[in-house]
Amino acid sequence: MKENSIVNRYDVVVIGGGPAGLAAAIEAKKHGAKSVCVIERDKELGGILQQCIHNGFGLHIFKEDLTGPEYAERFIIELMESGITCKLDTMVLDISEDLDLQILNTYDGFMHIKAEAIVLAMGCRERTREAVNIPGTRPAGVFTAGTAQRFLNMEGYLVGKKIMMLGTGDIGLIMARRLTLEGAEVRAVLARRGYPGGLMRNVAQCLHDYDIPLMLRHTIVKIIGKERIEGVLVARTDEERKPIPGSEELYECDTLLLSLGLIPENELSKGAGVKLDPATGGPVVNESMETSVKGIFACGNVVHVHDLVDYVTDESRRAGKSAAYFVRKKLKENGLLIKTEPGKGIKYIVPHLIRVDNLNKSLQLFMRVREVYPNSRLIVKADNEVIKKSRKMHMTPGEMDNIRIDPKILQQRKPAILSVQVKREEE
Amino acid sequence: MSSEAKEIICIICPVGCRMTAVRDKNSPSGFLVSENQCKKGEAYGIEELTNPTRVLTTTVKINPGIYNRLPVRINGSIPKNKIFPCMKVINKVEVKAPIKIGSVIIENILNTGCDLIASRSMKAS
Ligand SMILES: Cc1cc2nc3c(=O)[nH]c(=O)nc-3n(C[C@H](O)[C@H](O)[C@H](O)COP(=O)(O)OP(=O)(O)OC[C@H]3O[C@@H](n4cnc5c(N)ncnc54)[C@H](O)[C@@H]3O)c2cc1C
Ligand code: SF4
Repeated sequence: MKENSIVNRYDVVVIGGGPAGLAAAIEAKKHGAKSVCVIERDKELGGILQQCIHNGFGLHIFKEDLTGPEYAERFIIELMESGITCKLDTMVLDISEDLDLQILNTYDGFMHIKAEAIVLAMGCRERTREAVNIPGTRPAGVFTAGTAQRFLNMEGYLVGKKIMMLGTGDIGLIMARRLTLEGAEVRAVLARRGYPGGLMRNVAQCLHDYDIPLMLRHTIVKIIGKERIEGVLVARTDEERKPIPGSEELYECDTLLLSLGLIPENELSKGAGVKLDPATGGPVVNESMETSVKGIFACGNVVHVHDLVDYVTDESRRAGKSAAYFVRKKLKENGLLIKTEPGKGIKYIVPHLIRVDNLNKSLQLFMRVREVYPNSRLIVKADNEVIKKSRKMHMTPGEMDNIRIDPKILQQRKPAILSVQVKREEE
Repeated sequence: MSSEAKEIICIICPVGCRMTAVRDKNSPSGFLVSENQCKKGEAYGIEELTNPTRVLTTTVKINPGIYNRLPVRINGSIPKNKIFPCMKVINKVEVKAPIKIGSVIIENILNTGCDLIASRSMKAS
């Protein structure tokens, strides 16, 4: 490996060329960053969207019902036209606290890049079987839903014919339909909890439409098979999601797909000393999507797992614009600082910190609830005073919620803590 | 005709409203849809009772593309019972790279009035 002596310098370096990285780079350029570089390890831009061939993207941003690749292509074209440097097939190996990046590819070799600001947009990865520890053999035929999605939609390889699925994340639900359309039999989709992890619309149009059984409160207790998987033992689960002894039943299959959710990809962030929130698995961020390390911003699934790409785009535009403002020294660092705090029923809130002076229009708080709440209210408190109530017909951990707050209220009241809690209608 | 209320999950947007739809002679549309959070849900509920349709997305073989498959979609909604027949037709086609996003691959597929189009541009390998 040769060490390249040329040190490159950019105003803003974006790591990851998925929807988050694309939107952040475009917006950074628009807001005055003179040189912007996107670094992507894959051979093309678009990130995970290129394998998400189903529709349902862009309803908010474009008011159109697009597929993943269509959504990505709009941003890729805009990026190409805005004079942003793109390094494909390039891996970021390390980031230092003083914003020096080590990168590696086959055309530059090993190289250092110096950035005035960095935007982390590495997305997330799928939870794997090891994460849930299913006993039994380790035969071939066990895939994550996302891997099966890439194989089928990009390489044209069908992973199996008789499929069992553990987990009800959106990718899994969408793959259940996709595999059925391609002639495979999806025998059942199992959820350990009493509700599905993905969006209701995906349960409706992917499972109900094709009569695929959704078995709530069930899990797999054993994988059977030598070379290739031959079956799984399925058991009912109790209130604590633990299998109930004696309830086991054998299901034959040639493939097991796992759709157990996503985890933000933060190995690089940790290396740079970025503080992570255990509840999201991503960086602690402020209103400008800046992390605990000055000049390092983050957006998209690397911060918290989004179920809607439109929100990824919104958030990433904010991160890109803020990175440009930071470089131009227009981001306000002092002034009133408010901490957000997840109250009863709320798992996390993004952003974690708010510097009120940087807010212009409204402040949007994103959050997930801890359990299913039909007909409830989100209650926002500035210190101990209620400043907003918002009625929600249905909240579930599988769907991200958000609430808008008028910055003027915060300027007037100057609270130290802004908290959100859930209240059931009858309470 | 049945006047029983049907529970319908609206799939138009990710909010996924759980609605009830029922035939109702007294309403101007002939139907009563409730629990929908917006107008689109009402239209969807009525359609689900009368003529359910879906958007079909899949892939076709591409040669010599940077990948083996090109994502494609039908540029409108087709009746639910046309989905598998369409898949049969689509699985027979093969396209040549390079191709541009939006290119028509099958015109008026199975007389649905909709075309099968490319969901992305793809370079030749
Ligand atoms: C398998 C899968 C399927 C999904 N399906 C859907 C769906 O159907 N609908 C939906 O709304 N959401 C879906 N999601 C969520 C989806 O990821 C987000 O909506 C959106 O794509 C997130 O955008 P992003 O840019 O944050 O991440 P990504 O799209 O994942 O992009 C991250 C990019 O960073 C690159 N990268 C990572 N680390 C490095 C590094 N060290 N150096 C260089 N480059 C790097 C990756 O190669 C990737 O291209 C899916 C997620 C996964 C994992
Ligand atoms: S009724 Fe309106 S808000 Fe509700 S899911 Fe349908 S389109 Fe979305």
